[in-house]
Amino acid sequence: MIGLALGLGALLGYAALKFKVEGDPLIARIDAILPQTQCGQCGFPGCKPYATAIAEGRADINQCPPGGDAGVRALADLMGMEYKPLNAENGTEKPKAVAFIDEPVCIGCTLCIQACPVDAILGAAKHMHTIITSECTGCELCVAPCPVDCISMVPIAETPENWKWKYPTIPIKPVMTL
Amino acid sequence: MNALVNLTQLIKTAKEIFPFHGGVHPPENKAQSTQLPIGELALPEKLVLPLRQHVGNIPKVKVKIGEHVLKGQLIAEAEGAVSAAIHAPTSGTIMAIEDAIIPHPSGLPDRCIEIKPDGKDTWIEKTPQNWRGADRKSLVASLRLSGIVGLGGATFPTHIKLRNDGKSGVHTLVINAAECEPYITCDDTLMRERADEIVKGIEVAQYLLGAENVIIGIEDNKPEATAAMQAAVAGTNYLVKIVPTLYPSGDARRLVHLVLGTEIPHDKRSTEVGLQVFNVATVLALYRYFEFGEPSISRIISMTGNVQQPQNFEVLFGTPLLHLVAAAGGAKADTSHYIMGGPMMGFALPDENIPITKAANCIIAASPRLFEPPPPAMPCIRCARCADACPVNLQPQELYWFAKADNFEKANDYKLFDCIECGACSYVCPSNIPLVQYYRYAKSEIIAEDKAKEAADLARERNDFRLARIEREKLERAQKHAERAAAQKEEVAKKALENTNKDVIDNALEPNIHAGAGDAQKDAKQAAIAAAIARAKAAKAAAGQGDAPKNVTDADETVKKEIAEIDARRKEVGLIDKPATEKPAIDTGIDIDKQAKITAAIARAKAAKATADAAKLSEN
Repeated sequence: MIGLALGLGALLGYAALKFKVEGDPLIARIDAILPQTQCGQCGFPGCKPYATAIAEGRADINQCPPGGDAGVRALADLMGMEYKPLNAENGTEKPKAVAFIDEPVCIGCTLCIQACPVDAILGAAKHMHTIITSECTGCELCVAPCPVDCISMVPIAETPENWKWKYPTIPIKPVMTL
Repeated sequence: MNALVNLTQLIKTAKEIFPFHGGVHPPENKAQSTQLPIGELALPEKLVLPLRQHVGNIPKVKVKIGEHVLKGQLIAEAEGAVSAAIHAPTSGTIMAIEDAIIPHPSGLPDRCIEIKPDGKDTWIEKTPQNWRGADRKSLVASLRLSGIVGLGGATFPTHIKLRNDGKSGVHTLVINAAECEPYITCDDTLMRERADEIVKGIEVAQYLLGAENVIIGIEDNKPEATAAMQAAVAGTNYLVKIVPTLYPSGDARRLVHLVLGTEIPHDKRSTEVGLQVFNVATVLALYRYFEFGEPSISRIISMTGNVQQPQNFEVLFGTPLLHLVAAAGGAKADTSHYIMGGPMMGFALPDENIPITKAANCIIAASPRLFEPPPPAMPCIRCARCADACPVNLQPQELYWFAKADNFEKANDYKLFDCIECGACSYVCPSNIPLVQYYRYAKSEIIAEDKAKEAADLARERNDFRLARIEREKLERAQKHAERAAAQKEEVAKKALENTNKDVIDNALEPNIHAGAGDAQKDAKQAAIAAAIARAKAAKAAAGQGDAPKNVTDADETVKKEIAEIDARRKEVGLIDKPATEKPAIDTGIDIDKQAKITAAIARAKAAKATADAAKLSEN
């Protein structure tokens, strides 16, 4: 019996070392739910720091406006917490947009390039900058630093490419008037 | 050996039909449009060619507004791997390249090329290719310029389906002539009238694929077409198989099951099990491309439903819908809207002013008389008739729950993406639930979610990379600074050592002044500081002299005299110092320790002030 206990103990000890989990898997799972906008509206300098803060209990789950209601629900599900509506202090859910640089106005100051968390702005000092639309997360961090206010947020338009079938609804027709 | 096995299998399956599960029998309504032969259309006033006519990337426009183009000229080039070219359907002038409503369920506008025909219908120089015995790879590569896409309705670029270059291991080519959807008769009339060309097209496709066997599957509701095809295949080893009329036998996988008894695994392509399926109209387009050098510029369309004279027409791509409707005698008065495709899988066109595209196999003029508006959906009564009708062996009722509840993960687990959206479930539903609409909704939500996830992953990766880069740059900068500081230190030490050596020599000469090497080093340092101060002061003095106001030097004698007088007066009151030149250059006798202390104190004060300023600045 003792031999068995020792044997199993050794096996468990070996397994603990061999299959050691690197890092906190909870942070990665929270980070996977977050929209990766890296906008900092939650009060943390990016999605990963916010995920870490949630995992450590330093932040609430309703501080991510780009994730929206669905994001809060997913986080509540993962954390085993009660759903709560988005904290208005952090901002409100907006339709997805991408930044747009009015190129003739741009003076090439590179301030927006330094602000972009995902390197989605192309340009060099004293040369015109432009947004790489496919990489832009719509975080709006480039809008404030622009000294000539040439960056605006353009909502993503619906095209046949990204169009979605709508939820089936039954139109209600008035059959009689009172 | 393989060929033998295939051959024996083929013989075994020559007559036998392998029915699939489910299926429905909607009223056919095919007879109306087969009364007349394929009609020709007069050239329309304008042709509008949407760039999005196929599955894949939109092609790149190769013409400019105002340019004159010839019939068959390439006007948009395939872009990326999965894409198809677009050609001018007739000769004329490019009038516009702009957004217009396209035949798409969204009803949204998309980029289109508008051509005004010149009426001459002049062909560009055609380049027929002798495909027999030619290199398959180059033939398939040239197909990229043909603009040919699957004309059964899926519009998948044909060169992608053929690109395996004969080494694909495709042993059997199945020709889809089932045409199972109600109302549609374009393939039926095509086979009746052009069976010989279709068979030649099959030869081309067979050669390109390197397939040994060819099976043509036709539903038994097309006896004339079957007879024509059987006559055309005489003398070949092609097998015409008559399959029972059952919707949706025209789905590629269902047809393969019907004629071969092979169930293609849901996660595999047909080529992975040695099969390829082509529509009859597609192989005909292949034949015309290689034999005559004609790219894909027209197709056969059934114009049926609520029109005076339903008929099939050969229609140039880009022809306005209403031009086609007029050719069929015009729409009857009670026409409410138009449907593109069949009544089972088609969609209501968002607008009358849309062009005909490569995907359009049928246009149905709809009226409340022909298509009664569906009664309101009732709750699901769990009868499972939908499951009995599903040709893909899915559980439509379960998928309906999950789609309705936005439980997409679960819907995916129940293989939502294997659904072919045939509509058999909606057709049999006693509660009139629009099941397919729920599945389409769930599918597009899942696709959008996946795309968002992909974008998020990309953003995460880029953000991680950026943070890592900033960190690396910081480290590199710190390292550079450290290296520079170390180099400076080394230099100072070297100099000091040199001075020490000198001092040691001096000390040896004057042993009374200094005692010990440690003192010598200290003195050397102090001497260096003193020398530096002296240099700085001298420089300052020199600068002071050099800075004498120019107007003074340039002034005339009287002014100079006046200045001298004023200076004298001021000197008396003690307002100005002695002239810089009169200052003692440097008092080497001054206590060096004391001076160093003063300098340090000044530096400290300055630093304190700087931090205070910075704090104030950040406060503001």
